[in-house]
Parts: sequence; C-alpha cells; structure tokens
Amino acid sequence: MMDQVLFYFFAGLAVLSGVLVVTVRNAVHSAVFLITSLLATAGLYLTLNAEFLFVVQIILYVGGIMVLFIFVIMLVNLDVALHQVQFNRQTWVAGLLSIVLLTELLAALALARSGGPGMQLLPAPAATAASLGGNTEQIGMLLFQNYVIPFELASILLLVALVGAVVMGKKRI
Amino acid sequence: MQAVLQFLNANMWPLIDALVIVGVFPLMAGYVVLLERKVMADMQARLGPMRVGPHGLLQPLADALKLMIKEDIIPESADRIIFWMAPVLSVTAGMLAFAAIPIGPGFLIANMNVGLLFILAVSSMGIFGIVLGGWASNSHYSLLGALRSSAQLVSYEVAVGMAMVSGLLLAGTLSMKDIVAAQAEKGMWFAFVAPVGFVIYLIGSVAETNRAPFDLPEAESELVAGYMTEYSGFRWALYFLAEYSNMIVVASVATTLFLGGWMRPFASVHAFDFLDFVPVLFMLGVTGYCLYRIPKQTGWDQKFILAIFAGICFVIAAALGMVFAPPLAFLKVPVLGAFWFIAKVMGYVYVFLWVRFTFPRYRFDQLMRLGWHFLIPLSIVNVMGVATALVLHRQAGWSSWVAFPVLLVVTILLAFWLVRAGERRDQQAARSAA
Amino acid sequence: MIPVSHYIVVSLLLFTTGVIGVLTRRNVIIILMSIELILNAVNINLVAFSHYLGNLNGQIFAIFIITDAAAEAAVGLGIIIAFFRNRQTLQADEMDLLRW
Repeated sequence: MMDQVLFYFFAGLAVLSGVLVVTVRNAVHSAVFLITSLLATAGLYLTLNAEFLFVVQIILYVGGIMVLFIFVIMLVNLDVALHQVQFNRQTWVAGLLSIVLLTELLAALALARSGGPGMQLLPAPAATAASLGGNTEQIGMLLFQNYVIPFELASILLLVALVGAVVMGKKRI
Repeated sequence: MQAVLQFLNANMWPLIDALVIVGVFPLMAGYVVLLERKVMADMQARLGPMRVGPHGLLQPLADALKLMIKEDIIPESADRIIFWMAPVLSVTAGMLAFAAIPIGPGFLIANMNVGLLFILAVSSMGIFGIVLGGWASNSHYSLLGALRSSAQLVSYEVAVGMAMVSGLLLAGTLSMKDIVAAQAEKGMWFAFVAPVGFVIYLIGSVAETNRAPFDLPEAESELVAGYMTEYSGFRWALYFLAEYSNMIVVASVATTLFLGGWMRPFASVHAFDFLDFVPVLFMLGVTGYCLYRIPKQTGWDQKFILAIFAGICFVIAAALGMVFAPPLAFLKVPVLGAFWFIAKVMGYVYVFLWVRFTFPRYRFDQLMRLGWHFLIPLSIVNVMGVATALVLHRQAGWSSWVAFPVLLVVTILLAFWLVRAGERRDQQAARSAA
Repeated sequence: MIPVSHYIVVSLLLFTTGVIGVLTRRNVIIILMSIELILNAVNINLVAFSHYLGNLNGQIFAIFIITDAAAEAAVGLGIIIAFFRNRQTLQADEMDLLRW
C-alpha cells in the first residue's frame, strides 16, 4: 500500500507541476515548477528501483540543467515580458491537436491492455533478477561493456556542446 | 491505520535515528557558530563571547531567541512566494543530506546503495536556495551575490565530485556504510592512500560552503551580504543554519570517505587498543576542567550553568565508559564509533575555521581561475593516478606500498607542471596584451 | 504492485503537456522548458518498461537521453542569449528574420 501512496503522490505532483510549467506567466515561476516536476520524476524512478537514475536525474537535470535555465532567465530578465501576451495565435488549434494526440495514445494503451488484433499484451512485472551487486554496479558493467561506444560518443557530444555554448555566449568570437 | 502502524513498526530504528539526528545536528550547528567565534577570538588574542552563560556557552540560544522575535521585513517589490521559499529550500537541502551519513555501524537513517551520490545530489539542490533568494530580493546586490555564489558552487562541485570519485575507486562502493568497511579492510584511511584527492576535497569543500577565503559572495565589505542582504530575522537564521549544516555535512562526507568514519585511529592494530579509553578520558578531562573553572565564575547563575554543563559531560563520559562492562560489550563499537566520528568532524570543521582566519580573501576571478584552471585538471589527473595505481596493484601484482606512493609522486609532478604551464600561459597573455 | 499502464499514463500526460507548451507559448525559454518536459516523459516511459521487463537497457537509454538533454539545453540557451543580444526580444513570434 505504501508504494501506491508514493506512486500517486509523485505522479500527481509531476503532472500538476508540468501543467503549471506551461501555464504560468512568470518565467522564474515556470522554472521552479519544472524543478518540482523533475524532482517528482526522480521520485518515480525511485519507486521503479532505478536508484542510480534517481541520483543522476537530481544531479544532472535539477542541479545542472535547471541552474543553467535559471541563470539565463535572470540574465535576460525582461520586466516588459510579464505584461505581453503569453500565448500565441495558434493556441486553440494547438490545444485541439494535442487533445487528439492524447486521445490517440490513450486509445493505443487501452487496446494494448485488452489485447486487440495484432497487439501484444503489456508485460506483467518480471521477477526481480538476482542482483550482481545492485543497480549501480549493473549499469556500470553495461555502460562499459556493451554500450561503451555510445558512452564515448556521448562524451564527444558533451565536448562539442561545451565548445558550442562557450562560442555562442561570447560577445566577440 | 493498520498499514501506518505496520510501517512505523518496520522502520522503527531509522525513525528513532532520524529524530536523534534532526534534533542534535541543528544544535551542533548552533554550537559550531559559538566555536567559530571563540576560535576567531583566540586567534585574534581576545576572549570572544563570555557573558551569556559561562564562557559564552548559552550564546547560541540567545542568538536564536533574538532572531526569532525580530521583525520580519519583506521588500515591497519582492516576489513573496519565492522570497519565502528560498531559505526553506536551502535548509531542506542541508538537512536532507544528514539522512545518508553514518555516525556508527548501525546509526544510519537510510542505508542507500547510492548514499554518496545522494549527498552530492542534495547539496547541488542547495544552490537553488541561494539563486532564488538573490533573485526574489529584487535588489542588484543580492542578484549579483547570488549569481557569483552559484557560479562558484557549480565550478567547485566538479572538482569535489572528481575528488570523491578518486576515493570511490579505492572503496569500490557508493554505500556510505560499506565505504567505512572498505577502509577497515584496507587497514589505512583513504586520506593516506590518496592524499591528493583528500587535499582537493578539502579545498573544494571550503569553496562549496562559501567559506573564507572563498566567501566573496557574502563578504561584508564587498557586497553588503550578497544574496542574504534583504533577509532579516528568522529567514536569515535559516540561511545561516543552512550554511553551517552544509559545513557539517561536508565534514561528515570527508570523514566517511577519507578519514575512516567511525573507526578509531589504528583500528586494525591491536597494540593500540589502549586508544579505546581515549573517549572516556577525554570527556572526564572536560568535566574536570569545568569543575575547576566553577569557583572562578562570577555570580551563582554562571556557576549553576557550568555545573549543569559539567554534569552533562560526566553523563556522556559515563555512557562512554559503561560499554566496557561485559554485558554491554556489543555496544562498544557503535558508541565509541560515534565519539570518534564526531571528533573527526569537529577536527575538519576546526580546519575550516583555522583557514578562515588565516588567509586573505580571493577575488572572484582568481577564485574561478583556481577552480577551473588548477583544481579540475588536478582532480582529473588524480583520478587517473589512483586508477593506474589500482590497476598496477590488482592486475600487475605490484604491492600497494609501492604502487600508490609512485603514482602519488607522478600526480604531484604533474600538478607542478600544470601550475607552471598556467603561469607560462598567463605570462604569454600579458605579453601579447601589453 | 503498480501496473505499467499507470506509468504510461503519467508519461503520456507529461508528454502532451510538453507538446502543448511547445506549440502554444511565445517565450522561447518556456518553449525550451517544455522540450525538457517531453524528454522527461520519454524517460519515465523507458524506465517503467525497463523495470517491468527486468532489463537494464531502458535505464541506459534514459541516461543517454539525460546527457543529450543537458547538451541541447546548453547550446539552446547559448543561442537564445546571442539572439537576445542582437534583437532584445524573447518572443518566438518576433524571431522572423528569415520570413519573406
């Protein structure tokens, strides 16, 4: 029962904060709600036994990316932006299309649950595999044995992003 | 209701530990403030707080009371919700880190497999308290101080993280309890096996907690008080508490990862077993000193409070001494371990205070240059050095008494080369600009 | 035990919210934040399936997505700062230099 309480708490907080991110007027408030949503998502990872991803989400996403966002929002702080129109001209069409998208995806989910024609049933929870020493060790083994090439490519990507961000931020190249 | 009782029953010990830790550590943070003032006074050849309670022992309570009854001022054009939330976020991040810190083998609120990363994650959440507080005050000084402070924190977080990685390579696990067990197994504290990592962590943690000589963001003479300018009364007390809690958390992580946690010095050498009596003798010595000072106090209220303090120290000494009785021998390691842990944390905090009153303040660009141009390359080199030593020890069969010192010498040589390369680059830049 | 469909519903709701944010708001920083919401929703989906299939590939993929999101946010914010220096505006409607 405890895991149900935790799941509904974190899921509700994530969805509510997500809605508030796209709705509020002030960009800093929006960033704060995004932080809340990311923290709730980290909680969801913890309920799924993904403890390494829980800490990585908090360190990288919340402690890195959101700090970057908040810096930029404060650097380009525009008081006039608060009084301008927040939603653009295609709001109603976009909202309608998004509702259609959501309905389609939920329909796909419902079909998968009931096993419609050609659909595979959703998996039942697999028995927890005997851990060779915990989530972090297993992820480490996978990253450095099977997925070492994507790992190295990700580090090159980060280097490129680092150089790119520094160049974009300079006043005179 | 049934489920709640079941939950409480299953998690009884962690909850009791949580209550003790949450009750004791803020008090400890308050007394670290008093310790800082007394140490500052001692290094400046004066006495420090002496009036409130004997030798100033009740000063933290007086400060807390004053801050609680002060008027709560909010600037008119400040963002009220974020203004309210920012100190709360700082304090929450500081307190939450206590959940993963092991004071003794069983004295741990949450034994997580990723305990060390959890503390790193929660400390990086404290940055938001600073940045949002500075922004919500709607004042230029606060915003600049907040941006500078968070830039400094983010820069030194990288170096501190890499220094922790070098310690982790030796420990082989992220769980705080198992890190201390790994040090017990290896027989030597990791500070001696990877000293460069320990020194980088020391310097980086001084910068992480915004302490001098890296405290430009909150220096009184430069930026008024940085991001804390517009905060008064209890909100300022929360920021202050967050800063000192951060100091204690960082000291606890250093103690666990590098200084052997709850083990006494020379834990595996049985010839030094007499060191087990040091906790009891130390507390008895403190009690004796208090009793000696009682007649020299002026006024019966000071004498009374000092007598109570002496009584508390005697009770602690008795508790530490009782574990030597055979029926309670199973409590020996946890209780004595708690004493050694707190002693090491206080030693590390004393080094913080010592450094604060010794060195002049770094200018902000000097601070950033130290972090990015020196500490980060040094920490990367350190990780490579420790990893090479481990490979040589485990795969090539070198003795660890040979592999680690050799790699230590290589790392220090590379550090000197880095400093020289940096100086040459600065000279070239100065020459080309002139 | 919580069935995986619950996690999929959470992921879908967050994804749709992010899509609405990207299509609807004028402030480019909030558009970038909605993109982060979308990536986050995909991560929840991956990790939920990783748990329910007993396989760690989903979590590895999620780690790489978080890394990519960091790189993209950094470069995107750099571009926004450069644009702001030139045009003094943050509204997506007013970034129409290439329109005829």
